[in-house]
Amino acid sequence: MSLVERQDTFTVDGLALEGGEGSVGDYIALLKPRVMSLVIFTAFVGMMLAPGHLHPVLAVVSILCIAIGAGASGALNMWYDADIDAVMSRTAKRPIPAGKITRQEAFGFGMTLSVGSVLTLGLAVNWFAAAFLAFTIFFYVVVYTMWLKRSTPQNIVIGGAAGAFPPMVAWSCVTGDISIESAVLFLIIFMWTPPHFWALALFKCGDYRKAGVPMLPVVAGETATRNQILIYSLALLPIGVLPWVFGFASAAYGAFAGALGLAFLGLAVQVWRHREGDLARKSAVRLFTFSLFYLFMLFAFLLAESLIVGA
Amino acid sequence: MAEDKTVLPDGVRLTDAQQKRRRGRSIAIACALGALVVLFYVVTIVKMGPEIMSRPL
Repeated sequence: MSLVERQDTFTVDGLALEGGEGSVGDYIALLKPRVMSLVIFTAFVGMMLAPGHLHPVLAVVSILCIAIGAGASGALNMWYDADIDAVMSRTAKRPIPAGKITRQEAFGFGMTLSVGSVLTLGLAVNWFAAAFLAFTIFFYVVVYTMWLKRSTPQNIVIGGAAGAFPPMVAWSCVTGDISIESAVLFLIIFMWTPPHFWALALFKCGDYRKAGVPMLPVVAGETATRNQILIYSLALLPIGVLPWVFGFASAAYGAFAGALGLAFLGLAVQVWRHREGDLARKSAVRLFTFSLFYLFMLFAFLLAESLIVGA
Repeated sequence: MAEDKTVLPDGVRLTDAQQKRRRGRSIAIACALGALVVLFYVVTIVKMGPEIMSRPL
């Protein structure tokens, strides 16, 4: 005979009251696996391009720690942003607003993984990389999530740095420091982030407005956002080519990055031109989708070259 | 008599779904801890070299 039958979820304002409801899958969802996969990929490329040698076991540990650190940042982001996640259609089904995991559980999970990943990286690889990873987590959680995201439309411009650090962290795992080459990898992702997220914000503007997040289209309007997308896409074109300019990628990469950058710019021009109706939405969706392809292909080309040269 | 593990100390009885999720979490934590033990063992060997295995007793 049961004394008290527990309800599946106890929620107030979409936040779970009871703990111990989450499945393993819910905890994995807290790590933002799709963001994690991009972090793993860019970090791996950074590691492969770095001069020097790292034992394969330590290389795997490095990538694992960077991935766990990124996942921990995601969990802490969901801990802090549960209130706004609950009102946005894109994020309403995340574990906390869905009432599967409490905020306290997400906080504990995120902090444990943050500390664990930084300490493991420090003990196994080097303390410079560990400190850099700790700074990246701090930057994403405190600077972006807790401070910038709710206070300025420049949130993803500055906050984008957090997503751009992983290849630099991976580079420092090999070399123990940072260099102009790793800064170039950072710069590519850093300049790619604003047009990528503003394209998303254009077709999810209602969501951000409802949640009170001051994304550029909400605060400055869609015209200003389209102008900014165009400016950043223009700036991204030469930056994508920089690995060739700095001599750590071939001329073939330079031509490839230039062609992809022109395609990116072309789609940004389409977004700038089509301002109303279904065509405007389609243009923004197309740019958003292509931006993912752009970043993946650029880093994939760099990776392929490093593998061919190393072989 | 064996203790009923589906009843928490506060008298709350877990549903089947809750028991299943708790079991899943426990297995995941056990796997993570086991993986950490293996990881630190392998990293120790890699960083200190195989000589660590042949020290005088």
